Amino acid sequence: MADILVLAERDGDEIRRATAETVALARRFGSPALVLVGGWTDAARAVGVDTVHVVDGIRDDVLRPPAVAEAVAAIAGDLGPAAILLPAGREGKEIAAILSVRLGAGVVTDVTGLDPDDDGWPVATQSAFAGTFTVRSRVTVGTPILTVKPGAAEPGPATDPAVVTHTVNPSEAASRVRVTDRTVRPKGDRPALAEAEVIVSGGRGTAGDFSAVEAFADALGAAVGASRAAVDAGWYPHAYQVGQTGVTVSPQVYVACGISGAIQHLAGMQTSKTIVAVNKDPEAPIMALADLGVVGDLHTVLPQATGEAHTRRG
Amino acid sequence: MKIVVLAKHVPDATADRRYQDDLTSVRSGIEGRLSELDEYAIEAAVRITEAGGGEVIVVVMGPDQASEAVLRALQLGASAAVHVTDAALHGTDAAGTARVLAAAVRQQGDVDLVLTGMASTDAGTGLVPAMVAAHLGLPHVGFVEELEVADGSVAGARETETTRERFAVSLPALLTVTDHINEPRYPSFKAIMAAKKKPVTTVGLADLGIAPDTVGLAGAWTAVESVRRRPKRAGGEVVKDDGDGGTKLVDYLVRNRLI
Repeated sequence: MADILVLAERDGDEIRRATAETVALARRFGSPALVLVGGWTDAARAVGVDTVHVVDGIRDDVLRPPAVAEAVAAIAGDLGPAAILLPAGREGKEIAAILSVRLGAGVVTDVTGLDPDDDGWPVATQSAFAGTFTVRSRVTVGTPILTVKPGAAEPGPATDPAVVTHTVNPSEAASRVRVTDRTVRPKGDRPALAEAEVIVSGGRGTAGDFSAVEAFADALGAAVGASRAAVDAGWYPHAYQVGQTGVTVSPQVYVACGISGAIQHLAGMQTSKTIVAVNKDPEAPIMALADLGVVGDLHTVLPQATGEAHTRRG
Repeated sequence: MKIVVLAKHVPDATADRRYQDDLTSVRSGIEGRLSELDEYAIEAAVRITEAGGGEVIVVVMGPDQASEAVLRALQLGASAAVHVTDAALHGTDAAGTARVLAAAVRQQGDVDLVLTGMASTDAGTGLVPAMVAAHLGLPHVGFVEELEVADGSVAGARETETTRERFAVSLPALLTVTDHINEPRYPSFKAIMAAKKKPVTTVGLADLGIAPDTVGLAGAWTAVESVRRRPKRAGGEVVKDDGDGGTKLVDYLVRNRLI
């Protein structure tokens, strides 16, 4: 059975849930083989792969995407995988682009589902035009390269994978960009935005005070998001921006608080299962697509909802 | 300093965007514009040349109506433009676009810096910049939020979802900037008038030495099998907060087993 390469998305010694989900997709097409950059971690057993290719030797002062792409290309050259699955985040796309040129292979990005056609080839599902269309597409030239979004499948059981270690030495071409400083933002206690089941987001209507949004999010065990307006105003960090130029999310529940619903925000959350909006303006565009719209001031509605949620959830 | 900015003409995000029979997106009859995220790259380039001299050449690939984006880029301060247009380009995917844009950059001779926006606002794959860099053999840095050019090199900072990295790279290089790098200017009346006199070169595939069958739908490395419009989200219930808005909100979530 052909290998399906899956690039692990690491978080220190942990591996993100999205990697295990992608591995579950990979299993539909072949034998999942994990590419794990930065040394072995026991978390690799939990993602459900048959093989782990540990990549060592990429120095901290080297920009990761070109060096990782080079390592993945080398492993792909040895194994001849039937597909290469990468995370859909910023670095995943950069790696996908470099691999595409290197391997002469097509890429489909932001995949939300992957199914075999009658001949077993992967057909990818994507969202298009701000979530208003579902598109099915495939790679027709070269080894299919796909970047997969969180939530595409349910993770499978843990395995006892075979481990192969590759010590690499990034080429001159792959190490021309020097990283002089790297700051990993502290994770915080809330779920990661891209993977959260429930998200509570704040916009212009917060007037810069996110405490009510955060308190309600914590009452629901939810992630906190922000609109571009709130981020541009400096009220909340950029990493929490939901929308076209921030994170694209698709949670079970999205609670938009004081967010009018600019097209670029809708593009980032319109595929959420349920949308709830709290807004003073009943004419705000977000109200037209919310499953529940509460017309009111978030600074009074949310504290009450927070108290109620604590009561109901015990 | 010679800077090339790669930019795209896109359908307006508020337009009724849809697909035609060959599963490419409808462009005619739909209001188009310079992709908003490209304005940041143009602004970054113009600021560099305003400070240290040089020229900014914007390259746009697209059908005739993409000249709207070309004009806008010139109004925003680019000194000259190349409009790559050819009937054979209809349906070109990211891989093909990158080959064409790389050829257009090569045609400019010695270029110090290539800048792009972080993604287009229509297809938004975000693949093209790193692909172009790979074709040109240039180092690539994506998602740049801060940059400074000095003594033949660029230093700055880039952001991924979890990490901020400070970087340095010798020129030439290709950088992709985000919407956090600057505040693009509104063109002045003078800039709008001046743009009309700036040189625009229109080139086809033959001028770039690209065979027509390697691009377009036939030359694409990916294929769209089907497109389906999602059922439009119907607005649901709207309730007014009469002192019980928060309770109603949580009621709704509990009733629908969402929490």
